[in-house]
Amino acid sequence: MTATLPPTSSPQLEAPLAAPRPALAHDWRRIARMGSIAAFAQVFIALSNMPVALDGRTMVKPVLSLGYLVLLILPFAAGYRQGHQTKLEGVTQHAAGPNEVVGGLACGMIAGGGLSLLAVLLANFDLRDPLVNWSPILLDTLTFGNAPWFAVVIWLAIGAGAGASGGVLRLLGPRSRRATVTMVLAVIGAAVLESLMVDLADGLRLEALTDRLYAKRGGVTWPGALVLAAVSGGLAVVGRGRFRTARARLANLEGAKRSRANAGLILAAAAVLIVLPLFAGKLTNELLANVGLFVLLALGLNVVVGLAGILDLGYVAFFAVGSYSAAVLTAATSPKISPEMPWLVALIVVVVITGLVGLFIGAPVIRMRGDYLAIVTLGFGEIIRLLFQSDWLSGWFGGAQGITLIPGANIFGLTEVSGTDPRRVFYLVLAFCALAIYVSWRLERSRLGRAWMAVREDETVAEAMGINTVNVKLLAFVVGAILGSFSGAIFAAKVGSVFPSSFLILVSIVILVVVIFGGMGNIVGVIAGSAVLIGVLGGPKQPGLLAEFSEFKLLIYGALLVWMMLARPEGLIPSVRRTRELHQVEMAQDAWLRGQVDGEDGGGGDPQPTVQP
Amino acid sequence: MTDVQAATGPAAAAVRQPLLETRRLSVEFGGLKALDDLDLEIYEGEIVSVIGPNGAGKTTLFNAITATVESSDGDIVFEGRSLLGLDPNRVTSSGIARTFQNVRLFANMSVLENVMVSQHCRTKQHAFGALLYTRAFRREEAEIRQRAEKILEFFGTRLVGYRMDQPAFTLSYANRRRLEIARAMATQPKLILLDEPVAGMNPVESAELTGLIGRLRDEWGFAIVVIEHDMGVVREVSDRVVVLDHGVKIAEGDYADVANDPQVIEAYLGKGAGDP
Amino acid sequence: MIGKALRRKAPRTGVDWFLTVMRVAALTVVAVGLLAFIAQEIDTNNPFARWANPDATGLTRAQFQGLIVSGVAQGAMYGLIALGYSMVYGVLGFINFAHGEVFMVGAMTGMITSTKLADAGMWESNFIGSLVLIVFVSVIVCALTAVIMERVAYRPLRGSPRLIPLITSIGVSFFLQNVSLVLLGPAAKAYPDVPDWVKSKHTFLEIEGAKILVIVVAAASMVCLWYVVERTKSGKAMRAVAEDAEIAALMGINVNRTIVKVFALGGAMAGMAGILWGILFRSVVHTTGFLPGIKAFSAAVVGGIGHLGGAMTGGLSIGVAESVGPLLILEPLGVSGVSQLRDAVAFAVLIGVLLLRPNGLFGERLPSEDRT
Repeated sequence: MTATLPPTSSPQLEAPLAAPRPALAHDWRRIARMGSIAAFAQVFIALSNMPVALDGRTMVKPVLSLGYLVLLILPFAAGYRQGHQTKLEGVTQHAAGPNEVVGGLACGMIAGGGLSLLAVLLANFDLRDPLVNWSPILLDTLTFGNAPWFAVVIWLAIGAGAGASGGVLRLLGPRSRRATVTMVLAVIGAAVLESLMVDLADGLRLEALTDRLYAKRGGVTWPGALVLAAVSGGLAVVGRGRFRTARARLANLEGAKRSRANAGLILAAAAVLIVLPLFAGKLTNELLANVGLFVLLALGLNVVVGLAGILDLGYVAFFAVGSYSAAVLTAATSPKISPEMPWLVALIVVVVITGLVGLFIGAPVIRMRGDYLAIVTLGFGEIIRLLFQSDWLSGWFGGAQGITLIPGANIFGLTEVSGTDPRRVFYLVLAFCALAIYVSWRLERSRLGRAWMAVREDETVAEAMGINTVNVKLLAFVVGAILGSFSGAIFAAKVGSVFPSSFLILVSIVILVVVIFGGMGNIVGVIAGSAVLIGVLGGPKQPGLLAEFSEFKLLIYGALLVWMMLARPEGLIPSVRRTRELHQVEMAQDAWLRGQVDGEDGGGGDPQPTVQP
Repeated sequence: MTDVQAATGPAAAAVRQPLLETRRLSVEFGGLKALDDLDLEIYEGEIVSVIGPNGAGKTTLFNAITATVESSDGDIVFEGRSLLGLDPNRVTSSGIARTFQNVRLFANMSVLENVMVSQHCRTKQHAFGALLYTRAFRREEAEIRQRAEKILEFFGTRLVGYRMDQPAFTLSYANRRRLEIARAMATQPKLILLDEPVAGMNPVESAELTGLIGRLRDEWGFAIVVIEHDMGVVREVSDRVVVLDHGVKIAEGDYADVANDPQVIEAYLGKGAGDP
Repeated sequence: MIGKALRRKAPRTGVDWFLTVMRVAALTVVAVGLLAFIAQEIDTNNPFARWANPDATGLTRAQFQGLIVSGVAQGAMYGLIALGYSMVYGVLGFINFAHGEVFMVGAMTGMITSTKLADAGMWESNFIGSLVLIVFVSVIVCALTAVIMERVAYRPLRGSPRLIPLITSIGVSFFLQNVSLVLLGPAAKAYPDVPDWVKSKHTFLEIEGAKILVIVVAAASMVCLWYVVERTKSGKAMRAVAEDAEIAALMGINVNRTIVKVFALGGAMAGMAGILWGILFRSVVHTTGFLPGIKAFSAAVVGGIGHLGGAMTGGLSIGVAESVGPLLILEPLGVSGVSQLRDAVAFAVLIGVLLLRPNGLFGERLPSEDRT
C-alpha cells in the first residue's frame, strides 16, 4: 500500500539521495512481472473492445483518439511505477538516472508486446465464439490498417516509448514534473470537457475561442493542444505551490476567521453554480442535473456510511420509495389512488413515507453485525424493487410498466420543474443539495454526530458510555432515507415516469463507489466524487461527458472501488478522521518518529506540537 | 456533588440502604459458573476493592452489573431499583460508569470529543435542535464543552492544552487510562467501576493514580469499585475489600482482615500455604 | 428455565417492541398461509381457503413433489456455493461478496468448454466423459480465479477494519461481472443440448435425470470436501487458522498458503456448482452469479456461518423455501403472480432467520476475536 498521507513525511525523515544506479542494474524479474501484468491488462482492454468503441472520440485532432489513449496509459504507468523506490527508514534511495528510463522502456515494451501478440493471434485464429470482440475491426485498429507484422513492431515501439517516457518523468525535478503532468492533464481535460466547454462558450459568446481550440468534428486541434499545454505548463510553474500555501493558510486560520473564509468559499461556489447554468445549454444543464441528483443521493448515503459507519447496500430502496410515492401522489395515471397532489405537498408525504420505510427496514437490521447488515440491506433493496415490479402490487404501482405521465414539480405555483427544462431541474436539485449539505454539516457537529462517531469507533463502548446505539443508528438510517427520498421525488418529476428497472441494486453500488471515491465522511469529498465520476463516466443509466464509455463504466467503477480500497481507502478528498482511522498505525509511527507522542514519563509539558489533526 | 460526601463514611453507610446491591447474582457461561450466588453491597461514598486470582470472576461482575453479559440468576439493585433487563446504556444513564481492563477509547476522536460524547445520556438536544441551531442547542453545546474541560482539568496538565484536540490514539498508555476515567466521570455517575486502573503503570504513575481515586470520591462524591491486583494500591485506597475466587465471595472486610484471612491466602497461594 | 427465557426475551425499547410485533406478524403470515394451504388441499371450496384466496386451486401431489425436488436440486447447488462463503468467513472473518461471481465464471467456463466439445462431437458421443472434462476445467479455472482474487484484492487488506475487505469484494464482484460482460457479450448463452436420459423423468419418484445428477454430484463434492477438511493435514491447518490465525502461525502453519488453499477449495466448489447450474438451467449470462451468490450467502448464514454441514443444510432450506414457499404460503393468501416473488422469498428467509436466530440455525463458528 502506498501510504498517501497528506500532512506527514517531514523533511527530517528524508535521507540524502545516493548516486543514480547503473543503467542496467535492475531487478529484471520485477520488471518482467510488472510488464507482463500490464501486457495482460492491455490484451484484456483490447478484447473488451474499448479501443474500437472509443476510437470514435477524438482527443487531439489528427493524432490521438480515446481508444488509443486507453492503450497508452498502462505502459506509461508501468514505466513510471517501476522506478518507484520504497521510502523506508534505513533504505538508501538513489537519485533518478538513466536506469529509470531503461527500466521504463523494458517494462513498456513488454506491455506493448501483449498487443503485438494479440495482433498475431487475431490474424491467425478465430476465437470469436466465446470472445465477442475477436474481430477484424479490432485487428484493423491494432494494425492501423496494415499487415499484422506492422502491429508487432509498432506496438513494441509504442509500448517502449510510453514506458520510457514514464521513466523520464522520474528524471524530472518536482517542479518540471508537476508542469509536465499539468500540461498533459490540461490537454486531456480539455478534450474530455469538450461538449461542456463548447456549450458554455456558446452561452458566453466565446465561440471564437472554442472554435480555435476544438476541431469541427470533435477533439482538440493540435495547435490548440500545444497552446493549451504551454499555457497550463507556464501556469503550473508560475503558480507553483501558491495553491498549496493558500490552502495551508486557510487550514491554519482559527475560529471566526476560519468560518468567515469558509463562508466566503461557499458563497463563491454557490454563486458559480447559480450563474453557470444561465449560460449553459440544455445538454450541460442535463448533465448538471444528473450529477446533482447523484450528489444528493451520495450525501444521503454519506450520512449512513460515512458518519454512522453503517454499510447500507440497499440505499436504492429509499430512492425507489421516494420516486414511487411521489409518482403515486402526483400522477393522474397512478393505477390505484391518484390524489394528484401538488409536488411540494406530496414531498411532505413522501418524506413521511420514506422515513417510515427507513424505520421499518432499519429496525430489524440495526442490531446486526456490520457485514450481515450490508447483505440484509441489499436484500431489502432487492425485495422492494421486486415488490414494485410484481403483478401482485401492479394494481398500485403498475408492475413492470411502471407509472408514466408524472407531472413536473410545481413550486409554489411559480414555476413547473420537469425534464423538458433541465435548467430548472438543476436549480431544484441544487436547492435540495444545499439542504442536504446543511443537514449533514449541522448534524456532524452536534451531540448526535458525536454519538455516530462513537458508534462507528466502538459500539460496545459507546453503549457502555450511555449512548443508545440502536436509536442513534436508526436515526442515521432514517436521515439517510429521507435525503434519498428527496432525490427520488425529484427524479420522478424530472423523468416523468418511474420503472422498477431504474432501481437496480447497481444504483446502490454506484452511489457507494461515488462516496468512497470522494472520501467517506467528507462532504466536499462526496460532492467532488460524484461530480468527477458521474460527470465524466455517467450514472447507471445517465450518460456522462465521455458517453462512449457507457458500456465500460460499470467495469471501471468496479475496478475503481477495488483500487481505491487498496491504495487510498480514505478517498480522493479524505475526511481527517477517516484518514486517522485507516492509517492509525502509520500516523502514530510518524508522530513517534517526530517525537510528538507524549512519552510515558512526559507530564504535560511537551513543547508546542506541529501535528495538527 | 461534593457536599454529600463529607459526612458519610463506611460507618455511617452501614445503617443506610446500599447504593448498589447484588443479590445471589450468578453468571453462567455454558455450564461454567463465572459468578456463583454473589451477594455484594456498595454504599454511597465508599471505595471497595474487588480482588481475587485470575479467572475469579471480577471482570464478569462488572460486565454483569453493566449488562454487558446476561446474568443467569439473582438480582442487581441500584438505588432500590432492579437493573435486570436494562440495556447497557440504560444502566449507564441510571448512574453507573465503568472503565475497561484493556483500555478502549474512541481512538480516532479527540480527547475532548471522547469526554464530550460520554455526556450523551445527560444531555437532550436532538437532531432538530442541531438543525435549527436553536439557542438551547448552542447553550447545551457550550455546557458540554465546559463540563468536559472541567473534567479534563481534574487530571492536572496531562490532558488539557493542545492535547485536548489530539486524537486519543496519540496518548501515552497512562494518559489513555486517565482519559478512560475522565470519560466515565463525564457520564455523571454515582458509582464508578474501575477495572485495573493502574495495570501496566510504573510506580510513580500508579501512586499518582491511587491519589486520584481518593480524590474522585472526596471531590466528586462518587462511590467507587476497583478491581486491582496491586495490593499496595488496594491497601491505599479501599475502605473495604472483597475477595472473589471461582465466582464465590470468600472474604470481605478491611484490608488487614482480608490480607490475613487463611482462605484468601489459600486462594492465592494454594492449599497448605495458609498454615504456618 | 422459564425465568431465564424471560430475562432474555423481554422487550426493552421501542425497537424491541417493534421487532417483536414484526416477528409475530411474520410467523402469523406464515402460519395462516400454511393453514390456508392445508385447507385448500383438503377441499378447495372449504370456507377458510375461499376466504384466504377465492381462486384457490391447491397443488396436486405430483406438483408438490416436483417443487420439492427442484428445491432440493437448487438447494444443493446453493449449498456448494455457500461452502465457499462459509470457509472464507471462518478463516478471514469477512464476506467474500465476489464468490457468487466465481460461480458465474464456473458456469461460463462450462458453457465455453461444452460448446467446444459439442462442436467436436464429443458431447453427444460421450456425455459422461465430457461432463467430467468440463467439471475438471471449470474447477481449475474457478480455483485459479479465487486464488488470484485473494492475492490481488484481499491479501493486502488483512488486518484492516472489517468493512474494508467487504467493500473491496463488492468491487471485485462488480468487476468480474463486467469483465464477463465486455469479453463475452451481454447475450444469454446456452449450454448444448443434453442427452434424453438427462431430460426425461425417471421412474424413481418421477424425477428428471438432471436433478438426480445435480443432487448426486453435490453430495459427492460435499463428501470430498468433508474428507479434505476433516481428514487431511491441510484440512487440519485450515481449521487451526480458522480458530486462531496467529496461534496457528506460531505452531508452524503457513497461514498464507492455508488461506490460498481455502480460497482454492471454495472456488472449486463454486466451479462445480456453476456446471450444475448449466446442467439444470442450460443458460448463463454475466449476471448469473449475483442472485445465487446472495442466496448461497443466505444459506451460509442460515446454516450458521463457519459450519460446513450447516452450509449444506442452509442451502437445502433456502432452495426448498424459495421453490415451495411462494406456492405454499403466498399463493394460498391470494398473492398473485407468486413466481415473480421467488427471489423476494429467499431474501425474506434470510431476514427472517436473522430476526429469529441472529447466529443462524446451528450457531456460528468464528475466529476467537470475532466472537464477542
